[in-house]
Amino acid sequence: MDTEPTFFETNGPGTGGVVGLPLDRVDGFAKVTGQAKYSAEYRLPGLTYGVLKTSAIAKGKILSIDTAAAAKEPGVLAVLTHLNMPKLAKTPNDAEGKKAIGAPMGFLPLTSDQIHYAGQPVALIVADTFERATHAASLVRVQYAEEKPIGSFLDPKAQVFDPEKVQDGKTPGHTRRGNPQDALAASAVQLTATYVHAINHHNPMEPGATTAVWEAPDRVTVYESTQGVTRTQKSVATMLGLPQEQVRVITKYLGGGFGCKGASWPHTILTVQAAKAVGRPVKLSLTRPQMFTSMGHREDQTQTLKLGATKEGKLTALIHEKTSTTSPWDNYAEPNSKIINLLYECPNFESSYQLGRANVMTSTFMRAPGEAPGSFAIECSMDDLAYQLGIDPLQIRLLNYAEKDPSNGKPWSSKSLKQCYARGAELFGWSKRNPKAGVTREGRYLVGMGMATASYPVHNSQGTARVRLYADGHAVVQTGATDLGTGTYTVMTQVAADALGIAPDKVRFELGDTKLPTAPNSGGSVAAGTVSSSIYMAAQDVWQKLTKLAIQDKKSPLFKAKATDVVVEKGRLVLKANKAKGEDFAALMKRAEITDMEGSGAGKYGSGYEAAQAAANADPTKKDEAGEHSMHSFGAHFCEVKVDAELGTVRVTRWVSIHGAGRILNAKTARSQIIGGSIFGIGSALMEETFRDPNLARYTNASLGEYHIPVNADIPEMTVEFIDEHDPYINAMGVKGIGEISMVGVAAAVANAVFHATGKRIRSLPITPDKVMNSLAV
Amino acid sequence: MNNFSYTQASTAKEATNIRKDAKDAAFIAGGTTLLDLMKADIEQHPQLVDINMLPFRGIELNDGSLRIGAMERMSDVGENALVLQQFPAVSEALLLSASPQLRNMASIGGNLMQRTRCGYFRDTAFPCNKRNPGSGCPAQQGDNRNLAILGGSQACIATNAGDLAVALAALDAVVLLENAKGKQRRVPLLEFHVLPGTTPQRETIIEADELIVAVLVPATAQARKSHYVKVRDRASYAFALVSAAVGLDVQGGQIRAARIALGGVGTKPWRAQEAEKLLVGKAATEENFRAAAAAAVRGAQPREHNRFKVEMVQKTIVRALQELMA
Ligand SMILES: Cc1cc2nc3c(=O)[nH]c(=O)nc-3n(C[C@H](O)[C@H](O)[C@H](O)COP(=O)(O)OP(=O)(O)OC[C@H]3O[C@@H](n4cnc5c(N)ncnc54)[C@H](O)[C@@H]3O)c2cc1C
Ligand code: SF4
Repeated sequence: MDTEPTFFETNGPGTGGVVGLPLDRVDGFAKVTGQAKYSAEYRLPGLTYGVLKTSAIAKGKILSIDTAAAAKEPGVLAVLTHLNMPKLAKTPNDAEGKKAIGAPMGFLPLTSDQIHYAGQPVALIVADTFERATHAASLVRVQYAEEKPIGSFLDPKAQVFDPEKVQDGKTPGHTRRGNPQDALAASAVQLTATYVHAINHHNPMEPGATTAVWEAPDRVTVYESTQGVTRTQKSVATMLGLPQEQVRVITKYLGGGFGCKGASWPHTILTVQAAKAVGRPVKLSLTRPQMFTSMGHREDQTQTLKLGATKEGKLTALIHEKTSTTSPWDNYAEPNSKIINLLYECPNFESSYQLGRANVMTSTFMRAPGEAPGSFAIECSMDDLAYQLGIDPLQIRLLNYAEKDPSNGKPWSSKSLKQCYARGAELFGWSKRNPKAGVTREGRYLVGMGMATASYPVHNSQGTARVRLYADGHAVVQTGATDLGTGTYTVMTQVAADALGIAPDKVRFELGDTKLPTAPNSGGSVAAGTVSSSIYMAAQDVWQKLTKLAIQDKKSPLFKAKATDVVVEKGRLVLKANKAKGEDFAALMKRAEITDMEGSGAGKYGSGYEAAQAAANADPTKKDEAGEHSMHSFGAHFCEVKVDAELGTVRVTRWVSIHGAGRILNAKTARSQIIGGSIFGIGSALMEETFRDPNLARYTNASLGEYHIPVNADIPEMTVEFIDEHDPYINAMGVKGIGEISMVGVAAAVANAVFHATGKRIRSLPITPDKVMNSLAV
Repeated sequence: MNNFSYTQASTAKEATNIRKDAKDAAFIAGGTTLLDLMKADIEQHPQLVDINMLPFRGIELNDGSLRIGAMERMSDVGENALVLQQFPAVSEALLLSASPQLRNMASIGGNLMQRTRCGYFRDTAFPCNKRNPGSGCPAQQGDNRNLAILGGSQACIATNAGDLAVALAALDAVVLLENAKGKQRRVPLLEFHVLPGTTPQRETIIEADELIVAVLVPATAQARKSHYVKVRDRASYAFALVSAAVGLDVQGGQIRAARIALGGVGTKPWRAQEAEKLLVGKAATEENFRAAAAAAVRGAQPREHNRFKVEMVQKTIVRALQELMA
């Protein structure tokens, strides 16, 4: 058999008629009837409840912990502290351990008496009911030796330094192309602007939750609210010193994640250890306030962007500097500069990162990490340039349109941005916009229109899937991916239905278990691309096996045909040249007396796929370009706001988002993703902010009552469309992710609309009424 | 949260008698404030006395006053035709509060007893004079964006965050209380809440064994012509950054009576009587409204992050008065 899979092209990826349809969620019924079990909903025999007691101070030392009163409470099984927590084989407390574990944070609480951030767990109480555990936690008395904490990088005592690398070494701290300083100095137009971002928290509906049960002294099952079962498995196994296969991680449903469930945070391993300590299953669900100090956040940050341009509006130089807060141990900063480096044609570019250590827990990826704040800076500055030169904001973007990736000179694998601009402008009525800012009024409202570009990279990723096609016409499809609630169950059912030529209701799709074939984390918008191609490849494997069977079977109409002459059409194996000749897979299987056929496949997303498969799929005229592409999704957002001219309140009144993101697997779930991401972005633009007491380094609004996210009344009707885009280089299915691009550029589109309404530029997010009112007063 | 016992009271006397002897016990109505406070360990009550069965019901006009039973729900009062027509500011204040779900649960009595949203108060890890007298007030030098610019003290600058109380403060409402002896007393809403002074833990004049029975609102011309404007960080389901309840009695182009009360800026529902005086006898013009608004914030003591409220609340007063006259 060929090592390169033959592509059954008549059926082709996603052409079976099911992919793309707005199919209702296949898991919808289970969810609305409560049958869908989330990680904290497994009622295991002997289940006990874990509750975290967290630190009241942000910096210092635990002098003593009095657990006697708590331990005496009825039903209390254990009060675990740094003094009696079972020891681990490895902790992330040193660099080697952190790397081996893949921990987001270089510190594990309950391993020492040191306090580094407010909300750090200091004890874990296990009891037979949740209420008893919660009450007992309130009885634990901790004596601290308190030191003055550092609140943020803005604290005069914060040590601000050049980290050389950020994001655990993944992103260089300095990037440079051309000669940006000289180019800027020589530019006809020079703009410098500083952008400020508040701390944001992910706050998925479902909090972080772990249910751990030890099946044997050396074997544990963890029901975990995670975006990646394999990553959690590896983390937990490494910390316990167990072989990976002795840790099973199950995540059947997730109530959102947005990045905070992308890595394994301390509460997971602490729960696993607590289960060991009490010899019973333990369930621990973080409280909403604990969600603010347990699973990362988007860091507070300042960006300075210097922009040079010709007087015709062509970019000549971009210099970007970011300073942000990080934890006492990690050099985390979301990589804002990446998008600034590639969004527009610009010959000279430079970026650098600075970090300030403070008493906070580590920040982490949050929906479009880097791209979200980075796009805010570049897209507001592009708007400034447009107004400065009297050029339409959309026009200035076309003027600087990047036909190739400016950061590396590679051609794009596909880019439909011009179509996005054009379609968006048409649907929005961009041409009706008054070119002047601050002049359009409707009663007491100032009306503004703004737009911004969106872009998100295709991160390289790979995964595997298994398909079992039964003679009776149904199939079981399995992969260890997770569904954040965004529709993975549904779209993968569609992919499998098409790839197998059966109806979607004949597909049983299973995910979220380390026992299943490995799939990547659902993060970085890789799930749709990787998992769909894995399933497609696994189906190809089934067809190859069946083809082999047919051409060796005397009774088959395909007997002695060449394998490469056989194609599959809606579940029928037929001759490419004569499609009347062939047979149904069911007939073939029955004759061969087999009940089913299993296939497995490895799917790739991004350049890994391209290098191996481009020749088979790509436009033959572009064959030489295989392995030489820059891969991104692109899009454009258009926003109208009404600003109360006296009180400063801002309402988004119209919204149009158009994206080019490869093949769209399900029109309905894709639209929901874009709507969700846009609302997420509108939240960050107008209201999301975690406030912190600067002296005590502790959050003051850690609840959904006071941490504002948009409510229905904040959101208008939204228009969402996709440009038909065929990208042969991305993966077997031609799918790009859409989870993150949906929020890139959103804050800028809103801010640009506010500027157009008021003529005043607000560069500090969120754009709350007080800031707008103050801006209008000057 | 601690263990507690639960008792359903069928008469007012039964309820107040329990509190007379057990001051740690708490009445529970809708529970939307109380349970939050208990879950966050801000309040600990060994006993809850459910007062939902008490006959403190009815929304009716009696002897020239609107009488709202303390057990009526925010949504029922807000949508009541009589309230809508003759006391629009009361209806608006209620319907701009919280969320529909909360309004369906929350009672009028409980609403007047709600506690501040100061973030330091709501997290037991912080010092806070109101929650833990003598421990300090970190808000003075800290995150005070949501806190008061009027009526604060060295000890506390927390706002009274309610909306209804602001409308009631403007319309000269009276709170009807009853104690364990069955004795009733009437307290003007403006005297019901107290300034923090050196005892911010004390928020109202209600005694341990007293229940709110009803709220009475005089049916005046300025109540009929009243209006509530609330400015907040999002379009719904948020506490006020600032708010204003206003009422005017205008005859022949001249203001005969004016009522202005403010929310989000005071340590208690804030009545701006100086501002009202400036309007009486004047024409309802924007200029006069502005002058009144300026008087309303005289003496304001903003902190680092709530300075904006000084201007925003003036604009809100002017907006409310303009809309009232529109
Ligand atoms: C997320 C959130 C948002 C909110 N937003 C707003 C808002 O925008 N505007 C606003 O005004 N409010 C808002 N609220 C507050 C809400 O209006 C109050 O929680 C509610 O009115 C309290 O009523 P209740 O019946 O639930 O009181 P409970 O919680 O039952 O009681 C509260 C307190 O009052 C006491 N009490 C209750 N009834 C009586 C009585 N008859 N006599 C004596 N004492 C009594 C109780 O003992 C308790 O101490 C919000 C609340 C939440 C949780
Ligand atoms: S303002 Fe009042 S409630 Fe807030 S911290 Fe100070 S004392 Fe406590």
